[in-house]
Amino acid sequence: MIEPKHIKIRVRNLHKAFGQKVVLNGLDLDVARGESVVVIGGSGTGKSVLLKCILGLIRPDSGSIQVDGKEITELSGTERDQLMLKFGMLFQGSALFDSLKVWENVAFGLMQARGMEREKAHEIAITKLAQVGLAPEVGELSPAELSGGMQKRVALARAIAAEPEIIFFDEPTTGLDPIMGDVINDLIVKCVHDLGATTLSITHDLASARKIAHRIAMLHGGKIIWSGPVESIDRSGNDYVDQFIHGRAEGPIKMQVSR
Amino acid sequence: MSSAGTQIRQTLVERICAPVGRVFLSFLANLGAIAIFTGRALIHCVTPPFYWRLVVRQMVDIGYYSLPVVGMTAIFTGMVLALQSYSGFARFSAEGAVATVVVLSMTRELGPVLAGLMVAGRIGASMAAEIGTMRVTEQIDALTTLSTNPYKYLVAPRLIAGLTMMPLLVVVADIIGVFGGFLIGVNKLNFNPANYLTRTFEFLETKDVVSGLVKAACFGFVISLMGCYHGYNSRGGAQGVGTATINAVVSALILILIFNYLITELFFSK
Repeated sequence: MIEPKHIKIRVRNLHKAFGQKVVLNGLDLDVARGESVVVIGGSGTGKSVLLKCILGLIRPDSGSIQVDGKEITELSGTERDQLMLKFGMLFQGSALFDSLKVWENVAFGLMQARGMEREKAHEIAITKLAQVGLAPEVGELSPAELSGGMQKRVALARAIAAEPEIIFFDEPTTGLDPIMGDVINDLIVKCVHDLGATTLSITHDLASARKIAHRIAMLHGGKIIWSGPVESIDRSGNDYVDQFIHGRAEGPIKMQVSR
Repeated sequence: MSSAGTQIRQTLVERICAPVGRVFLSFLANLGAIAIFTGRALIHCVTPPFYWRLVVRQMVDIGYYSLPVVGMTAIFTGMVLALQSYSGFARFSAEGAVATVVVLSMTRELGPVLAGLMVAGRIGASMAAEIGTMRVTEQIDALTTLSTNPYKYLVAPRLIAGLTMMPLLVVVADIIGVFGGFLIGVNKLNFNPANYLTRTFEFLETKDVVSGLVKAACFGFVISLMGCYHGYNSRGGAQGVGTATINAVVSALILILIFNYLITELFFSK
């Protein structure tokens, strides 16, 4: 159990349904300050919806989300923009702005939201690109000219550029080859360590989860059904977790194959 | 028997009424959504921070790069107007009215409407496709997470640019259209150039031009609004973006024709 004063993000009894389809069904989750929590779970179990609810991109039906002890579900407009200054987010598809150069992407949050001058922001962008192993020349390219792995690294640089307190990673390794995936994992671990940030990631890539997590939580049926330190995942004693980490088709989790 | 009959009649009524009601309700829901979208966008048009760089970029896109297509439309419309009105009016010996007919038709109706239709095809489609793609690739979500309001960053600059650039485009279209009529009148229909010009301005009133420019501003706003609204709300990958583009262009075209009538009514009905 985490002491209340150390809790950075507290989610309680979160519900969200899209029409008839219930996605989150009374989800509870705590993330401590400086902790890396990875939420695992099958496709379509609502992992992304959880992140988007916390980010305010989706409005939950009911429940409470607190960041630093402050209720945020009802925030909107300027207050929401202010809150987002604490956050960084790495999107699954990188979501780089294709109308801007790479360095402008990285410096976007600094220039637009924090009003930093272009030259200074450019300097920081180049440093951040170097942190993810990209040369300064890359900054002048447009995102469409980069490979998937490089785009992911640029997206990571953008997520950490403003040195946020909280970083979300949405499937950071999906769509990359195992080696590039591991490079991204290493970068995430390094960047998060350097910043001392609190992170919440969602993935179904267990190699990635083992590498970046302090604690793993399993999402199934709209609830967190198990959570524990990353070392204990192999002896969780939970059939659902066992089935998931061993990738078995048979078990308590029934995949909807036919209609 | 009677109860079974009632049941059949009920299901029949339901079968006919339910789809009608569903269409009507979704129409109302859409109307409300557009109203909320417009309201939010307008608030963000007038509250800081402003992204002037983006406004200028949109202005260049809408105003400058639409010039060729609008110019072509205008010159051929002016030319055809001169030809048609000449051959038509010759039937009751009113050929002298050609210049007046050309200038009044261009400034009041054809300049704004045809420019509006061309720009709707060009700009409405590109806005819907661009914003729609940003939506489905999570770029709009990324904006939010970078503390940048998408309404302010994407929608407001486009609305401002549409509203201000369309009148300028229509001024150009009016001039080119009248020039097209002049070319045909002088070279093909053997009008005296000086006479043609005198007749062009003789019966032209400020109201004719102003009503056309008010229309243009309104059309420009509607085109940008529909492009942004449908792009912003697109769902589901490439197909969703395609649908959004269709909806943006079609709804802009229809709204242009409706507003054209309403504004004409406002200015010229006695």
